[in-house]
Amino acid sequence: MSKAVYMDYLATTPVDPRVMEAMVPFFTSVYGNAASRNHQFGWEAEEAVENARKSIADAIGAKPSEIIFTSGATESNNLSLAGLWEMYKEKGNHIVTLVTEHKCVLDTAEYLQREKGVDVTFLTVKEDGLIDLDELKSALRDDTLLVSVMFANNEIGVLQPIAEIGKLCKERGIFFHTDAAQALGKVPINVEELGVDLLSMSGHKVYGPKGIGALYVRKRKPRVKLKPIIHGGGHERGMRSGTLNVPAIVGFGKAVEIAIDEMEGETKRASKLRDRLEQALLKELDYTQVNGSVENRLPGLSNISFAYVEGEGLMMAIPDIAVSSGSACTSASLEPSYVLKALGLSDELAHSSIRFGIGRFTTEKEVDYVVQSMIKGVRKLRELSPLYEMVLDGIDLSTVTWQHH
Amino acid sequence: MAYSDKVLDHYNNPRNVGSLDKDANNVGTGIVGAPECGDVMKLQIQVEEDRIVDAKFKTYGCGSAIASSSLATEWLKGKTVDEALEIKNTDIVDELQLPPVKIHCSVLAEDAIRAALQDVKDKADKEEE
Repeated sequence: MSKAVYMDYLATTPVDPRVMEAMVPFFTSVYGNAASRNHQFGWEAEEAVENARKSIADAIGAKPSEIIFTSGATESNNLSLAGLWEMYKEKGNHIVTLVTEHKCVLDTAEYLQREKGVDVTFLTVKEDGLIDLDELKSALRDDTLLVSVMFANNEIGVLQPIAEIGKLCKERGIFFHTDAAQALGKVPINVEELGVDLLSMSGHKVYGPKGIGALYVRKRKPRVKLKPIIHGGGHERGMRSGTLNVPAIVGFGKAVEIAIDEMEGETKRASKLRDRLEQALLKELDYTQVNGSVENRLPGLSNISFAYVEGEGLMMAIPDIAVSSGSACTSASLEPSYVLKALGLSDELAHSSIRFGIGRFTTEKEVDYVVQSMIKGVRKLRELSPLYEMVLDGIDLSTVTWQHH
Repeated sequence: MAYSDKVLDHYNNPRNVGSLDKDANNVGTGIVGAPECGDVMKLQIQVEEDRIVDAKFKTYGCGSAIASSSLATEWLKGKTVDEALEIKNTDIVDELQLPPVKIHCSVLAEDAIRAALQDVKDKADKEEE
C-alpha cells in the first residue's frame, strides 16, 4: 500500500468533498457578513447561515433558534459550564461531571473550582467506562446547578445513558449539559427525548471543517440562559459575539445533513469493519484486551491494549498507519491516558493502548492491512520486550521490584 | 515529532537483541525502569578477563528507549569494564540526536550499563569471599 492509512477518525475527519463543494461559493461569491441587515450580500449570507442552523437543529430534534454557532466543541463546553454558572450562580454552586470527560470540560470545571469557588464533584466510572447512575443520584444535592456528562467518550467510545441522566436531572430541576462532539452524526440524538438542556457539537468530527462548532441551548421547559464568555456585537442571541464564519457554518450544516442521511448505512458499515479488525487482532495476539464497554459504544471505534509493548514504540512499527495511543509518550502531559486509568487499567496497560478510529472513507482493504501490520509490529516488539519474556517465563510482574525513575 | 535517522536505524534493525544466562558468573544483568513508567530496559554483558565480549538487550518502551539500549550494547562490546563506565547518557543523546523529551531514555540506558557492570562486580566479589 503506497498511501498512508488514516485510522484516527476520532481525532478529526477529512472534509467530505460534498461539504467542500457547498462551502466554496461562500469564500468568494457570497461573502457578505451575515449580520449586515441592510443589503443583499448580508441577506444571502444570513440565509445560508439559517439553512445550516436548521439542518443542525433538525439533526438533534431542536428548533433553529436554539442553536448558536461557536468555534468548536471546546468553546461550546467552556460556554456551557462557565456561562451557565455565571448566569445562575445564585441558584446553586455545585457541578457534577465525570473524571473521563474531555479536557475542555475538566479544565473548565477545575477553573471554576479554583478561581470561582464552585464546588465540583468528579464522578468516577465503572470498569466499562459507564457512569454509575446510583452514584450520580447520591451526588446530586439541593444546590446542584449542573450535571455535565459526555455523550460518547473520545478515547473508548462508550455511550453514556444520556436519557436516564436527563430524566434524573429533570426530576431534580438541575440543568443537564452533554458534550456530543463524538456522538453527533454517529448515533441518533433527540434533545427532547433525552432531556438535554445544553449540547455541544463540533464540525470537524463529522466531515465538516475545523474551527466551527455549535451549542444547543434549550429555549423552553426550561428556558436556559448563558452569560457570554466572548463579548462584542451581541451575535447569536447575545451568547456568542463575533462575525459568523459563514463558509464553515455552511459546511457544518451540509456535513450534518449528510451524516444524518447516511447514518444507518454508515453505522452498519463501520461496525462491521471495526469487528473485523478487533476479532482478527484478538485472535492472532495473546495478552490483548478491548477497553471500555463493547455493548455501548460508538461504531467504528476500538481501543485495544497490547500488553508488554509500549504504545509509542508500537506506533513507530506502523509508520504508514495513523492511530492514537494512550501512552504517556504520545501525550503532552507525559502521563498515560487518564480515561483508561479511570477504568481501573494499570499504567502499563494504558501505555500499551491503541485507539483505532474507522470512518466514512475506511476500506476493508485498509482494515486488513492494519491488522497485518499490527500483528507484525506487536510480535516484533514483544521479541524485544523484557516484560513479555518474563511473563512467558512464568514471572508475575506485579511481584517484581522495579527501579522507578 | 520526527525521529532521527539513527533512532530509526536502531529501531528498525536493533543490534544485539536477546538474553544471556543471567546465572553465569561472568554475566552481569541490569534491569532498570518500570512498566508503569512506560519503559523497562534489560541490559546484559558477558565479561572475560575484564573485557566485555558480548552484550544483549531487551527493552519495553518507545523507539528512543529501544534505540538507546541497542546503541549501548553496540558500544559496550569490546570495551574494558573501566572504559564502559565512562559511557555517559549525553554521549547517547548526541549520537542519536535525542530531543529533550527523550533524554530520560538515555539516562535509563546509562543506568542499565552501570547496573549490569555492578552485577558482574558483585558476582566476582562474592566468588573471592
